[in-house]
Amino acid sequence: MTQSVVVQVGQCGNQVGCRFWDLALREHAAVNKKGMYDEALSSFFRNVDTRSGDNGPDIYKGKICSLKARALLIDMEEGVVNEILQGPLRDVFDSKQLITDVSGSGNNWAVGHKIYGCQYRENIVEKLRKTAEHCDSLQCFFIIHSMGGGTGSGLGTFVLNLLEEEFPEVYRFVTSVYPSGEDDVITSPYNSVLAMKELNEHADCVLPIENESLFEIVNKIHQMINSGKLGSTVKQNSLVTSSAGSAKTQVKPFDAMNNIVANLLLNLTSSARFEGSLNMDLNEISMNLVPFPRLHYLVSSLTPLYTLADVNVPSRRLDQMFSDAFSRDHQLIQADPKHSLYLACALLVRGNVQVSDLRRNIERLKPSLQFVSWNQEGWKTGLCSVPPVGHSHSLLALANNTCVKPTFIELKDRFMKLYKKKAHLHHYLQIDGMEQSCFSEAVSSLSDLIEEYNELDATKGGPRVDPSRLKIAV
Amino acid sequence: MSIVTVQLGQCGNQIGHEVFSALCSDIRGTHGLCSKKENESYQDSCKERFFCEEESGVPVARAVLVDMEPKVISQTLSMAARSGHWKYSNHSHFCQKQGSGNNWANGYSVHGPRHKEAIMNLVQKEAEKCERLGGFLTIMSMAGGTGSGLGAFVTQCLRDAFPTSFILNHVVWPYGTGEVIVQNYNSVLTLSHLYHSSDALLVHENDVIHKICAQLMNIKQISFRDVNQVIAHQLGSVFQPAHTAGGGSGYSRNPLGDLMEALVPHPEFRMLGLRNIPQMPESSLPYSTFSWPGLIKHLRQMLIANAQMEEGIDWQVRPPHPGLHPLHKKPLHFNTSIANLVILRGKDVHSADLGSFQDPSLYTSWLNPQDAFNAWKTPRAFNKYEKSAALVSNSQFLLKPLDSIVGKAWNMFASKAYLHQYTKFGIQEEDFLDCFTTLEQVISSYTNL
Repeated sequence: MTQSVVVQVGQCGNQVGCRFWDLALREHAAVNKKGMYDEALSSFFRNVDTRSGDNGPDIYKGKICSLKARALLIDMEEGVVNEILQGPLRDVFDSKQLITDVSGSGNNWAVGHKIYGCQYRENIVEKLRKTAEHCDSLQCFFIIHSMGGGTGSGLGTFVLNLLEEEFPEVYRFVTSVYPSGEDDVITSPYNSVLAMKELNEHADCVLPIENESLFEIVNKIHQMINSGKLGSTVKQNSLVTSSAGSAKTQVKPFDAMNNIVANLLLNLTSSARFEGSLNMDLNEISMNLVPFPRLHYLVSSLTPLYTLADVNVPSRRLDQMFSDAFSRDHQLIQADPKHSLYLACALLVRGNVQVSDLRRNIERLKPSLQFVSWNQEGWKTGLCSVPPVGHSHSLLALANNTCVKPTFIELKDRFMKLYKKKAHLHHYLQIDGMEQSCFSEAVSSLSDLIEEYNELDATKGGPRVDPSRLKIAV
Repeated sequence: MSIVTVQLGQCGNQIGHEVFSALCSDIRGTHGLCSKKENESYQDSCKERFFCEEESGVPVARAVLVDMEPKVISQTLSMAARSGHWKYSNHSHFCQKQGSGNNWANGYSVHGPRHKEAIMNLVQKEAEKCERLGGFLTIMSMAGGTGSGLGAFVTQCLRDAFPTSFILNHVVWPYGTGEVIVQNYNSVLTLSHLYHSSDALLVHENDVIHKICAQLMNIKQISFRDVNQVIAHQLGSVFQPAHTAGGGSGYSRNPLGDLMEALVPHPEFRMLGLRNIPQMPESSLPYSTFSWPGLIKHLRQMLIANAQMEEGIDWQVRPPHPGLHPLHKKPLHFNTSIANLVILRGKDVHSADLGSFQDPSLYTSWLNPQDAFNAWKTPRAFNKYEKSAALVSNSQFLLKPLDSIVGKAWNMFASKAYLHQYTKFGIQEEDFLDCFTTLEQVISSYTNL
């Protein structure tokens, strides 16, 4: 079994990360009744003998003693990390996994990337090495950060670079929260575009998330519950937004939204951790969903958003779960994959779902989806037997789809609005190592990416001309 | 003679387990419908082929389990042990941690060489346990990374290490509408490589078995386990002991050799399809009766019309007229055979007349009809079916599916999609082109029968 390490950077990254660890513990507690440390747990947690203090040895088998997260928590302000360390998860992290500073990055990518990057480089490398040493087969780094600020965006992408240099064989999956149009950070377009260049060049896979989408999903759930439209009661801990049954008791406004992202990561790794009739590991996700190296942005959706208390799930409801996965309002970014072009699509099903259910739904939904000409049957599927907590089944859909293009175009437009007027540019240029060319290269990288999506879109709907086959002399 | 089975990847290990389960349950059953002597001879022969005796009395499967990640092998070993009736040896498996990521190049170029010694040591040990080694059966899928890539590499190693042994590759073809997006690349790479080192490829297509589960077995929510059990039943109907025509009174001592001799007269033609009749839910068996003429008639039409199962057969398809000039176009949809093998199991099998399978119009002209057709029989019924018939066919059965896979792979190759994933492990565009060429040649050969 392989291990993964989570690197959470900045305020957003750490808040989401915190939710992730909470829900991961909850998930394993539900599955692991005997309290034995098993392979599934070891993918995200170490088992440490803490009787002799925090520096105890790792225990690889046997009863769970003290679980420690395989994580690195990085923030240039202390507030969020301190809260985590005072909260119910304090025992899951040890002080050697933290890197903090006091003054923050001032929402400036250059401060995060150039100044703090330089300053903390050695410290970060050393801690990463330590975490990697505790793994006998490290497969993947998950980076969680936001794009619009200074730390998550700047220092986060600095760490991404570092990971590629120091651990080139290990996959780099990045969960990036993109700023919305009404973001109150004025310089978020600069930060995001500068970060995008790094994601283009150094990430294996990026899962973009937009707060607006998370917010809409949260609202949708509240409306459904409050309107009384649902006949039976909703199982509280089945909400994709819920923390019920986990260590946390208060629920802050962003918690529900962050829980969705945490669930995304749990579902993504479920088939690597638990058994099933058709396993789908992380390296398979990267292999199947990235046809060309730079086109590695995956739109994700999680369904169902909640489970009703009925025990028998008619196949109609199962089919509804598949339909919802492709609908606009279940995507975690503001995008409509149904009306754009699919390059590839992955479906990871958890729970009591069989291959025939999968096939029936793929056949049913295929006609309404447009796939690129060279990948007409481009489906990657996985079946994991263990459902998420509170559910009998669930579905994670990952799409490599040109519907990400509008998000990137908007980002570029907001960037250009500021850049043309050179607004706030001096805050960046005064940083050592930053030049005007950093900006022009970054926006050029983004433009190239948009252009690649344009070229693919141009093939949509055109006549299908298959290339002629090799001729063999008879 | 004994057969050593090498189970590769998730599919190979899941199916391998069902095969040994089916074989074991068949010989333990009391439904043999034949004399005690016959039954004992059957059981002994099966045990010699597939199992090893241990002091505990529990038969140990003659198998090597290989996978690049641990979950499936661990499940497979424990399921077998829990049955109480058979098990795998504790020392016959090899696994790693990271899997192959559905990447053929990773399986073939990285895992293969890296783990060659360890895997071949296990195979050697298993081979040494056999008093007489009859050859190897590998079970793999061609859509993923381990079964396909590592499987192709291991097949080559088997060929190098055991140059005079028979190697039969059981290959599972994925659902046409994706299980894996790069499945067509992986398939093309696998099939072309196997063609060079294996003796024959015995093929099962997931789409076909799925239909059997849905329409004949009446299974509502079909799982991979259901599919694998049908596959295991079909394989069992081929590999369980049977009497060959010239074999004297005992059961065939060289099943793989006999199979190759019967079906692979020419190295260019190695693709074998499998059909089995009847196929129905176990609950329906007590209420059904069969006659040999009926079964044989259906099986023959399944061959001629390239039907995937005994329902929906196109009875309009007829073999071409005997007097037809060889250059005259053969009737459409007619499935030309090179060689066929029919295996009959059950009550009154000696009365079954297989003359219709010897009709020369079924075959190409370059073999004698007597050589093109072989029949094996045993009065011992298989797996609770009072009468059952299996057809292993070297014919145009797989032509269309093969052409479809190569076409889709070529389409993707022309756009260069995903190639960077293969080149980073050492498989270059020229390697792909070689594989395409090999398979286009195979397609052309089968088309021009």
